[in-house]
Amino acid sequence: MASIPAHEGYDAHHDDAHDHDHKPAFFARWFMSTNHKDIGTLYLIFAICAGIIGGGVSGIMRAELAHPGIQYLGWWTHFLGGNDQDFNATLHMWNVLITAHGLIMVFFMVMPALIGGFGNWFVPLMIGAPDMAFPRMNNISFWLTVAGFCSLMISAFMPGGTGMGAGTGWTVYAPLSTTGSVGPAVDFAIFSLHLAGAGSILGAINFITTIFNMRAPGMTLHKMPLFVWSMLVTAFLLLLSLPVLAAAITMLLTDRNFGTTFFNPAGGGDPVLYQHLFWFFGHPEVYIMILPGFGIISQIISTFSKKPVFGYLGMAYAMVAIGAVGFIVWAHHMYTTGLDVNTKMYFTAATMVIAVPTGIKIFSWIATMWGGSLEFKSPLVWAIGFIFLFTLGGVTGVVLANGGIDDNLQDTYYVVAHFHYVLSLGAVTSLFAGFYYWFPKMSGRMHSEFLSHVHFWIFFTGVNMIFFPMHFLGVQGMPRRYPDYAPAFEYWNTIATYGYMVMAFSMLIFFINIGYSLAFGKKAVGNYWGEGATTLEWTLSSPPPFHQFETLPVIEDAHAH
Amino acid sequence: MAGTKNHDYHILPPDIWPFVGAFSALTMTSGGVFAMHGMAGGKIALMLGVFGVALTMFSWWGKVIKEAHAGDHTPVVQLHQRYGMILFIASEVMFFVGWFWAFFDFSLFPNKLVDVIGGTWPPKGIEAVMNPFDLPLLNTLILLCSGTTLTWAHHELIHGNREGLKQGLWATIVLGLLFSSIQAYEYMHAPFGFGQNTYGSAFYMATGFHGFHVIVGTIFLAVCQARAYKGHFTPRQHFGFEAAAWYWHFVDVVWLFLFIAIYVWGGWGAPIE
Repeated sequence: MASIPAHEGYDAHHDDAHDHDHKPAFFARWFMSTNHKDIGTLYLIFAICAGIIGGGVSGIMRAELAHPGIQYLGWWTHFLGGNDQDFNATLHMWNVLITAHGLIMVFFMVMPALIGGFGNWFVPLMIGAPDMAFPRMNNISFWLTVAGFCSLMISAFMPGGTGMGAGTGWTVYAPLSTTGSVGPAVDFAIFSLHLAGAGSILGAINFITTIFNMRAPGMTLHKMPLFVWSMLVTAFLLLLSLPVLAAAITMLLTDRNFGTTFFNPAGGGDPVLYQHLFWFFGHPEVYIMILPGFGIISQIISTFSKKPVFGYLGMAYAMVAIGAVGFIVWAHHMYTTGLDVNTKMYFTAATMVIAVPTGIKIFSWIATMWGGSLEFKSPLVWAIGFIFLFTLGGVTGVVLANGGIDDNLQDTYYVVAHFHYVLSLGAVTSLFAGFYYWFPKMSGRMHSEFLSHVHFWIFFTGVNMIFFPMHFLGVQGMPRRYPDYAPAFEYWNTIATYGYMVMAFSMLIFFINIGYSLAFGKKAVGNYWGEGATTLEWTLSSPPPFHQFETLPVIEDAHAH
Repeated sequence: MAGTKNHDYHILPPDIWPFVGAFSALTMTSGGVFAMHGMAGGKIALMLGVFGVALTMFSWWGKVIKEAHAGDHTPVVQLHQRYGMILFIASEVMFFVGWFWAFFDFSLFPNKLVDVIGGTWPPKGIEAVMNPFDLPLLNTLILLCSGTTLTWAHHELIHGNREGLKQGLWATIVLGLLFSSIQAYEYMHAPFGFGQNTYGSAFYMATGFHGFHVIVGTIFLAVCQARAYKGHFTPRQHFGFEAAAWYWHFVDVVWLFLFIAIYVWGGWGAPIE
């Protein structure tokens, strides 16, 4: 009976010899990275590139919608190698544009920026950890996201049935995505979600493990900064919702290629089943996109009010509540699919419940500012803009939560206005708020406060010009997802297109600001926001050392959030 | 503070495998699409991608084992690995929720409007189903038995008996292969196909993904066996083995739900083959 030899255990050597501030050479540093800050930077650069493409696509759409009739779709059909003499292929181009815009903005801009970018950068810094729990896995999360984006880009140049590209909408509903789209384009789009989804699941595992196991000594869960709380809840939502999407789109694949009938009524299948599975993922997904923003806004409001956030525990558990309830409201996206009236009543009531924890957050932010010594630096201005815009989107959300009202508003521009107020005006505004809050910490260079304020006001004007009129269009009955419309809708559509130009101009200022800061910006000190900035990242230099916290910080009792 | 590391976390050097793995995955999926549409080069790209992914897994986890032997897996790093594996299994559970959701949708609300279903479950278009108390019951017993042999192996490992560890693992691996073989035999002789109607779709998708997990679990156990022969694992530190065991038990539990829901309840009242 041989016994197992005990080899030298875990108290063995560490490579103390090599210098931890020594950065790897270019290729090793950026293509083989195991450093959470470098991977965060890669995510941010990727998100900006994807955002330019996704935002450019919405520019094409706004140009097309400026006036009734078909203006530019033929040219774009030709560009992708399609037949621009075929009117159906030209109209299919529209579906490709809305699909690309939705998928790019959700999976390749907002999620990589908020979770991959800011999450990677600041979760370890804020909990006093030297890196993420799984530094190598962190890197494959990033490259899988890039691989997913490549797959989506390839799909645009593949035959999709009616024309070139996947024209299914970001929801990839059957039967349009199955029998309605022969050709490899939709398969490439589906695999794009598989790849990006796998990356996100691995990222979620990484964040949860990091947050649970790598907090600095003394930092209990109830002392954790709210941004870290937001990332914890977000990671759980990703972990539990993405696999259901993976199952749903795998069934799409077999329906498309192997003759199964999951969503095909001819074999007893049910297209509405796909919608259930999709929205069981899709609804948590919208909180995945906004919760990190909530976290960023909490940090910023507290910093520039120079006092701790009002109702810290309520703020943390409000996010937990939003995450939990977010799993049982999905069918409010499906009110017009023929749901039973009792089912609609349940989903109406459950959806409205979410307004309670959301209200806790909005009012606690306001209560934090109340009586605070406010300093209107650019991040705070963006954060207040966020509160205003997100509240507007939230209010129209309460309207749409009603099954009865939604029967009329479903698939109108009212819905488009609603979700752009919470996402492109909510999530994206929080992104810029976080960017101006942390950019000097990441780059070591101060941005121009003046340009940041100008960026805010022009952006704020532009996006409201785009999306506020969409409420009117929706109530008047203009349907979404059409490239053409009745002349009666022209007035507000033209204004929305002007709004896009204003918004695009503000983005130019944003890029000038980045370029200016990187080239000529003043060197940033460790804590450039002063006494209000109390979380651990402000104890480090800007940018922090390549490996920070080589001696772990200890959190005193008084030092909380 | 530069240069000295005063904590037990694992700081890693740069590594190419995440990059290779991700783009191998892209090659695999793109090749898969081309192959499914009968386009040129599809199968080659698919195989190249699968090879790249397999190579990544082999090299990556090989490094993890080397790092374990170098002492990088301090108690806190081992705790990370435990969390990581549990969370991974949690995501796998949600993956199976998707298949069960489809199955219960079809079986609890069978389509009344098409003849192949006819408002009953199993559907009218299904002439016969498998007898759940024939080979499927045998497979249930095989998997349950494999769970006990794996626990046997674990106890032998904890008590420092390497021969017992190997015997227990061999028994588990053989039972796993037996399960997969019986499942393959069943598939070949099944009285219904994958692409006829919802019964076949839900049945093969759910049991097929489970079968895939059994094969992955068997490979995982085989890796543990190879490591056992190389003298890896100590009675105190053997997370590679534990992770394989957790995965195997998870696969086992999924089968119990599949057996009860799909084989027994889902085939109830239909003529058997």
